[in-house]
Amino acid sequence: MCLAIPGKVVQWIDRDPLTALADVEFGGVTRPCHMACVPEARLGDYVVVHAGVAIARLDADEAARVLTELASLPDEVEWPAADRRETAP
Amino acid sequence: MKFLDEFRDPTAARRLLAEIRRAATRPWTLMEVCGGQTHSLLRHGIDAELEGIVELIHGPGCPVCVTPLEAIDFACELCLRGDTMLVSFGDMLRVPGSRGSLLDARAAGGNVRTVYSPLDAVELAHRHPELQVVFFAVGFETTTPTTALAVHLAAARELENFSLLVAHVRVMPAMEAIAASADCRVQAFLAAGHVCTVTGCAEYAPFVARFQIPVVVTGFEPVDLLQGILECVRQLESGRLRVANCYRRTAHDSGNPTAQRLVSDVFEICDRPWRGFGVIPRGGVKLRAEFKRFDAEPRFAGTRLPVLDPTECKSADVLAGRIKPTACASFGTTCTPDSPLGAPMVSSEGACAAYFRYAGSSHTPTHATRP
Amino acid sequence: MNQHLSSPSCPALSTTDGQQITLAHGEGGRLMRRLLRERILPALEGTRKHDEDDAATLPLVKGQCAFTTDSYVVSPLSFPGGDIGTLCVYGTVNDLAVAGARPLWISLSLIIEEGLGLPVLDSVLQSIAAAAREANVTVVTGDTKVVPRGAADRLFINTSGVGLLLSPPIAGPAELRSNDELLVSGPIGRHGMAVMAAREQLDIQPCPTSDCASLVAAVEALRAAEVPVVALRDATRGGVAAVLHEWADRCDCTLAIEEASIPVTPDVRGVCELLGLDPLHVANEGTMVAAVRPGFGAAATDALRKVPASAKAAIIGRTTERSISPVVVRRGLGRYLPLDEPSGAPLPRIC
Repeated sequence: MCLAIPGKVVQWIDRDPLTALADVEFGGVTRPCHMACVPEARLGDYVVVHAGVAIARLDADEAARVLTELASLPDEVEWPAADRRETAP
Repeated sequence: MKFLDEFRDPTAARRLLAEIRRAATRPWTLMEVCGGQTHSLLRHGIDAELEGIVELIHGPGCPVCVTPLEAIDFACELCLRGDTMLVSFGDMLRVPGSRGSLLDARAAGGNVRTVYSPLDAVELAHRHPELQVVFFAVGFETTTPTTALAVHLAAARELENFSLLVAHVRVMPAMEAIAASADCRVQAFLAAGHVCTVTGCAEYAPFVARFQIPVVVTGFEPVDLLQGILECVRQLESGRLRVANCYRRTAHDSGNPTAQRLVSDVFEICDRPWRGFGVIPRGGVKLRAEFKRFDAEPRFAGTRLPVLDPTECKSADVLAGRIKPTACASFGTTCTPDSPLGAPMVSSEGACAAYFRYAGSSHTPTHATRP
Repeated sequence: MNQHLSSPSCPALSTTDGQQITLAHGEGGRLMRRLLRERILPALEGTRKHDEDDAATLPLVKGQCAFTTDSYVVSPLSFPGGDIGTLCVYGTVNDLAVAGARPLWISLSLIIEEGLGLPVLDSVLQSIAAAAREANVTVVTGDTKVVPRGAADRLFINTSGVGLLLSPPIAGPAELRSNDELLVSGPIGRHGMAVMAAREQLDIQPCPTSDCASLVAAVEALRAAEVPVVALRDATRGGVAAVLHEWADRCDCTLAIEEASIPVTPDVRGVCELLGLDPLHVANEGTMVAAVRPGFGAAATDALRKVPASAKAAIIGRTTERSISPVVVRRGLGRYLPLDEPSGAPLPRIC
């Protein structure tokens, strides 16, 4: 449940609170998305889009913070020999 | 793709796996509620990586799977009326009702259209004033705001030929039903990250207090899932149980108040039958009186046929996590994605379909290779 | 309920403005002959034989022939990158090419739904002619039928094709052995996404564009480079996954691919993420999967990359000893996991 993908707001089309619409870019493609749930989104913000509707603004700072924290985790330990399954492929 | 690729980074994922292995002194049993999380766990082989350390029970987080037979049967009848277009998400098309699926109904001449968004259904109603357009509104709280918006827009445009077949469900009551059951083996929940994006996570505090089971709001990409699992393991190891949010970049603690308001304008909580569970109190929503005119059930009253009850599908046991899909005698034999007996084998989020797809048609250890 | 009153029409006088196909066109009489003489045959000028006999007389060929047939029912008829006309020629040409044959002659059968606009038909015919010229094939025979409204979705086309089998022959998937290398000739999923985006009016910019093209030059490049090709297949319905499963079914190997090696254009990736689809399950119309003997993967990609239609060819995996799953894919975490066989058309999902 709940396939929702982050995309960047690249152009506002309609700023009416109910019919709010903006072009949102996902990787290589752009699509108009309904913005009534995130009327405060600004150009360049990332929003998370589900079924054609942006349901939240993505907190880029929080994302960066998490990734930095992950980078500081120690690398994995070597698996003990018994766990090393060398089966194909 | 930004904010997607970083959370699929294999290096970060392997670090988290190592942390989990270090942190766990004994095996733990977790449940992820959301079908999208099930899909991702199996697709990336995370369950296999955690074998022996963390057991993941796949919960009823597939709204498609829990949509009651009556609703599907009703949708099939509607599309065959001749004056009605039944509009649905693609997910619902192959789910069998008691007399076949929407795909079967379409083959029999039914008017069925799939859309990516409920707003497309409003557009279709506008473009086809000669038809009744009914949108099959399934989904958890993630999807309810999108349907609510559709109703607001239909009302603003004064569309008289648009209505909803409401089958939206709410996650929390299902989690309560599972946690409260006598044979519950779940020691921690991975809460559905996109549901919480809308609802926030405040309502989980009383849940944790009552059941003494940690709830961790978790995302969908491998790194997100492993972070959520790590947090569960840490809480269980330390005995300090609470609501934790590991998906803060998208699911803010208070959720999205604007989306919540759009929903509460249009819908109110009600009891709802879940396929395989029976009626779950406060398990769904219905249209408020002011928007009742958009409800397909009163609009098309009189079309209903009795529901036939197929007995072979053990979806109830699978959805509640009591059995793994592979424990069902029909799995992979009489029940496959091509010829499903029940919903969990149809929906790409259903536990049975996910197992079939990613674990092969028999539950044997997947291959491992050191990169 | 809103009532939409259509303008009243009198059946007896209802004619088209002369710009649509009617049932009368299909009756075999004067209108049909005019349709052929004035529209269909001239459009195919330069790519067709010059007799109008029911059966085409063809010269004997030295060696064996390959013969294939396919029907084309795509909706919408036209999409970014092509139309049903482009498809019906390249589809059949490619089937012959991947069978190891040089395409020579094709038949063209049209089943037209009453009411199809003549400009649409003209456009499709032009596409057929252009594709036939590009692929260097001749349309040698054909048929035209008109069916009542509702009996066909605007236009259905069947093409059958004959080609000359070249030497050395392609062994076929039954001959796959461990460590054969697997390649794709270009980025995957383009055709299916182009058609879906057009049909569902997904309003995606830039429009996903079909990869519809002839594979003749690409196959020829492999032959010229003397690459030992074991199996070839254009990855149409069901995508690359369908081909791999079909091959696994015919041999004793497991086919193992690396997700990171599979070329996918950003627009296809973006749409697939949005709709929850896997590019491996999405149709292609100008992209093929190839299996070559061990050690020849690099030579194969070098040869393919010199041809425009396969400029982005890449090695995506290899065959291994058969394990439990016939087709496996390795994603980020390093495990090989089963890649499921597509069942039914991919549908966008919210879940």
